Amino acid sequence: MAKIKIPPVLRPSVGGEREVSASGENVGEILRDLADSHPATADQLFSADGELNRYVNVYLNDEDVRVLDGLDTAVADSDTVVILPAMAGGR
Amino acid sequence: MSPSSADLLRQVKSEIDEVDPSEVNELLQEGVPIIDVRETEELASGILPGAKHVPRSYLETRIEGIVPDRSAHVILYCASGNRSAYGARTLRDDLGYEHVESMTGGIALWKDRGYDVDVPRTLSAEQRDRYSRHLLIPEIGSEGQQKLLDAKVLLLGAGGLGSPTALYLAAAGVGTLGIVDDDVVDLSNLQRQVIHSTQRVGIPKVDSAEESIHALNPDVKVVKYPVRLDASNIMEIIEGYDVIVDGVDNFPTRYLLNDATVRLQIPVVSASILGFDGQLSVFKPYEGPCYRCLFREPPPAELAPSCGANGVLGVLPGTMGLLQATEVVKLILGIGDPAIGRLLLYDALAATLTEVKVHRDPECPICSRPPDEISDEEMGVFPDYEAFCAAAG
Repeated sequence: MAKIKIPPVLRPSVGGEREVSASGENVGEILRDLADSHPATADQLFSADGELNRYVNVYLNDEDVRVLDGLDTAVADSDTVVILPAMAGGR
Repeated sequence: MSPSSADLLRQVKSEIDEVDPSEVNELLQEGVPIIDVRETEELASGILPGAKHVPRSYLETRIEGIVPDRSAHVILYCASGNRSAYGARTLRDDLGYEHVESMTGGIALWKDRGYDVDVPRTLSAEQRDRYSRHLLIPEIGSEGQQKLLDAKVLLLGAGGLGSPTALYLAAAGVGTLGIVDDDVVDLSNLQRQVIHSTQRVGIPKVDSAEESIHALNPDVKVVKYPVRLDASNIMEIIEGYDVIVDGVDNFPTRYLLNDATVRLQIPVVSASILGFDGQLSVFKPYEGPCYRCLFREPPPAELAPSCGANGVLGVLPGTMGLLQATEVVKLILGIGDPAIGRLLLYDALAATLTEVKVHRDPECPICSRPPDEISDEEMGVFPDYEAFCAAAG
């Protein structure tokens, strides 16, 4: 089970947790496992055609999965997946 | 019998290596470190071009910060070559510098020979006192402090992030602080916006901020822009600033700012906060990624809690704002590793600071092209600009 760091905007969709575990061989499977366990996250992560939404950045540890193998990037149990949508609060 | 001071000087000069100004003039071009060991008040008449100033009395304590390598070639000089001779002996015998020389005749002979000097702008006695803790750091010193005094930094917002940033940049002696904010101070701001005060509720934030800045440091020039940044005024406002501090609370302005700063090649120190979480990165156009490389598209309104009021831990903008202020100072001084190409994620509840890499996007709609090809019409182009915040309510 890899760890997933949940950003503030998605926390209401996972019962307020800041970090959850999910299983899968690669980033896509991990995120789908998250979406299966917490269906409210599905629309926020994936577009209608099943691709990762362009406004959501996903990192495997500290590297953007877009420069790795995207959703096919292999994930080990010791890895952390970071989900990161843009934030704009400043006041 | 004890030696006279003239005897001692003769003896010291016989033990150390001296170098003629003509040779120093050549070594200067090669980048050999040259240290002026005179007192601060003697510098007004000029120093050797590129020389570093370390008063003789601080030589032992500060030399390592300037010349860490004991085997490096180092040249010392003073007014006439006496104090630098003593300094050279100390560096060699007590600190183990292997190749240290004293310039014969000091700056007096250098000038007699007709070589160039730089006339440094010197700090006033009051400034030397005010910024003394900066002057003690080798990476800053009076040269760095002068850079700070010459710097022009624009703060977008005198709110949560802008408050601590403005106060600390003012304290650090950043010479010009521009502040863009069209809001007035509200009681609900004071849980985190520490530049304002209870007495100043209801007055424009730019005026309130100016009052606090001048109370802290009258050296600082404050330029007030009591407007909302938009496509019609952004180029005029930001042009001429060295660094911009982004603390704006909405996506359309962040994208607009990105596009304009890429075009003008001005670095932006960007941070955002929500709840207990903060993000920070430095966007330096063409050296690293821009904001659109990081976030090509804004999230849909329901995932972008930035249009209305949202909760934030009161101390969090303090933490993030001061990380921003630190990056600003580093950029001005040209020291350290700014957070270019890195996004720092601060989780206040977990007390963790993690970072992820941000890459330049070769297909970035803005920074993949030369700055002069970015047109007015393209700047800040943002899908469904009006609908965006309306949908968020």
